[in-house]
Amino acid sequence: MAYRHTLGGETYSFETLKDLLAAASPVRSGDQLAGLCATSDAQRVAARYALADLPLRTFLETALVPYEEDDVTRLIVDTHDKPAFARLAHMTVGQFRDWLLSHEADAATLSAVAPGITPEMAAAVSKIMRNQDLMSVARKIRVVTKFRNTIGLEGCLTSRLQPNHPTDDLKGIAASTLDGLLCGIGDAVIGINPATDSVANGLALLDMLDHARQQYDIPTQTCVLTHVTNTIEIMNRGGAVDLVFQSIAGTQKANEGFGVTLAILQEAYDAALSLKRGTVGQNVMYFETGQGAALSADAHHGVDQQTVEARAYAVARAYKPLLVNTVVGFIGPEYLYDGKQIIRAGLEDHFCAKLLGVPMGCDACYTNHAEADQDDMDTLMVLLGAAGITFLIGVPGADDVMLNYQSLAFHDILTLRSLLGLKPAPEFAAWLERMGLYDGASERMRALAPGQTRLASLAGAA
Amino acid sequence: MSADVTRGVPAAAGQGVSTSGQDDWKPLRQYTRARIGLARSGNTLKTPDVLEFQAAHAQARDAVHTPLDVACIEQALADEPFLHVNSRAPDRSTYLRRPDLGRRLSEESLAALPKGAWDVVFVAADGLSSTATQQGAVPLFEAMRARLADWQIAPLVVATQARVALGDEIAQTMGAGMVVVMIGERPGLSVADSMGVYLTYAPYVGCPDSSRNCLSNIHPHGLSVQVAADKLAWLMREARHLKLTGVGLKDAAPEGGAIGSVDRLS
Repeated sequence: MAYRHTLGGETYSFETLKDLLAAASPVRSGDQLAGLCATSDAQRVAARYALADLPLRTFLETALVPYEEDDVTRLIVDTHDKPAFARLAHMTVGQFRDWLLSHEADAATLSAVAPGITPEMAAAVSKIMRNQDLMSVARKIRVVTKFRNTIGLEGCLTSRLQPNHPTDDLKGIAASTLDGLLCGIGDAVIGINPATDSVANGLALLDMLDHARQQYDIPTQTCVLTHVTNTIEIMNRGGAVDLVFQSIAGTQKANEGFGVTLAILQEAYDAALSLKRGTVGQNVMYFETGQGAALSADAHHGVDQQTVEARAYAVARAYKPLLVNTVVGFIGPEYLYDGKQIIRAGLEDHFCAKLLGVPMGCDACYTNHAEADQDDMDTLMVLLGAAGITFLIGVPGADDVMLNYQSLAFHDILTLRSLLGLKPAPEFAAWLERMGLYDGASERMRALAPGQTRLASLAGAA
Repeated sequence: MSADVTRGVPAAAGQGVSTSGQDDWKPLRQYTRARIGLARSGNTLKTPDVLEFQAAHAQARDAVHTPLDVACIEQALADEPFLHVNSRAPDRSTYLRRPDLGRRLSEESLAALPKGAWDVVFVAADGLSSTATQQGAVPLFEAMRARLADWQIAPLVVATQARVALGDEIAQTMGAGMVVVMIGERPGLSVADSMGVYLTYAPYVGCPDSSRNCLSNIHPHGLSVQVAADKLAWLMREARHLKLTGVGLKDAAPEGGAIGSVDRLS
């Protein structure tokens, strides 16, 4: 069945649901690369009209990626909550947008319908939403997760401290970690992308982080972002695994490109749960996603990159993660060309994930071959902060010297908390005050040299 | 100053400087190039650090966007013959959006390449940092010729708007048994002039990346040209002996640290 709309005397036709969704997407280089982008602005708007009139239940009747071929589709279909969907069953995509923005759709209601929403529905409605719509709806949704602290509370903005080092030098990583803690960063996780992806190296890094955490009784969790199969082996060897990390994507084939299956994720999830290391909760998974991942693995099945990205959140929510983040500007300009595309994609990813009940954070970032700079990241972080982002990633001076790209500086997250009146996770905030790093009277982080703090020995400074 | 910018080593002013005028973070900076201990003005960065960051970003962007100076490479080669080819990406903007075009030769270039009974062809490709290629490609090519005296080596091919896989079509067209692509790596703020080298045995259009071996981080403050040349010569002799490159060769390498790359999500 073809989808049609007449605009300005011309009738536009879209052969499949995939074609309609792709044509309705805001322009981005990844869809152009895949040959899926609208061929004109008018065609794009015609697609949005046609999409707005489409009943939401269409997405339950029409699989974008065949059920028989793809375990992500099977996961989405088999776990769909029909009673939760009942409230939305009569709506078109356009009516869904209006309802999401209405006062009737409050936090409790949105949380109740989340299991009835599929990634394709979330992606579809996002395509007829402006940036402020994506922010307004996401802002209403609270996804609260717990491990050693509480993440996602109203009025809070948590942060991942990312102390990467090009050779995984333990002292270098400790120095960056100390720097972040003195800026009040690290309540979502202290998480290292290792330069060497091996079990032995992962064990050494986790051991160092866990000792530091225990020595100073820091109410946070640590993670080495190594491949899930390495983490399973590290757990088998008794390593200090708080969170299991894995990059995931929205199709079975793309996940195979990452060397993972749903069965491996389940095995890792069960193993991490059995360790019972969480003190206030047991959300033990951490996932990264990003638009372009499926296309770069030639595993997008002709689906536009934003829709296939939303499908990754169905994978994530099956394992009740503590944290998920999009690496929005990282994958490169062939997928998101410039600051405008990166900012839009960051807001889409955050909205779709939150609508599905996923604790979404963001690595607000760009590479040096993208048309973007730190001003674009300032814009993105403020928009995401206003939209209630779960966490942001910070690196020393915004410069990741291992992965060679730019994210946010610790200072940027301090600035954002101050601009928007947001606080760290409550357990972490209390620790900062206890350690004398935060001044409760002025509500500011103190500017302290390493030697002036009890944390100094973390990095061997005194 | 320029050396500081290149290495991302914090300048003296503004950074972690306490009221006593000392850099409190100095003892820790020896362990990492990361921009640790940047002082705060209110919540945010001080002027010298903001400008230093912008200077490093500008240098990285210039490395991406400055065209490879082919005439300069010609000069460096003295009187030796070389070939210049272009991919199907006509300009940098297209190149950045369409990696597929950067992997195929333009029709003109395809027609201009000679055939020969060569063991290997070396390709100096601009990639994402022309600065790196400009600086490192000819010295590495010369170092390899000195180490491979008994090999039939094709004239150097200089390739613009080129991705790694362009070397496959170049070698296939010329009839070379293997290809070495020397290519500018995506620049970071601390290193904008890093070159990578990809070796592929019996390459063909569409051959998978898993059939390549890679040496990365070749620049004045990283892997030196001479050390890279030693490693590459070992890889090439082994490749000729085993008749393969890729995972099978990586597993045979004496030190795993020489080979491979980090890729976060794709």
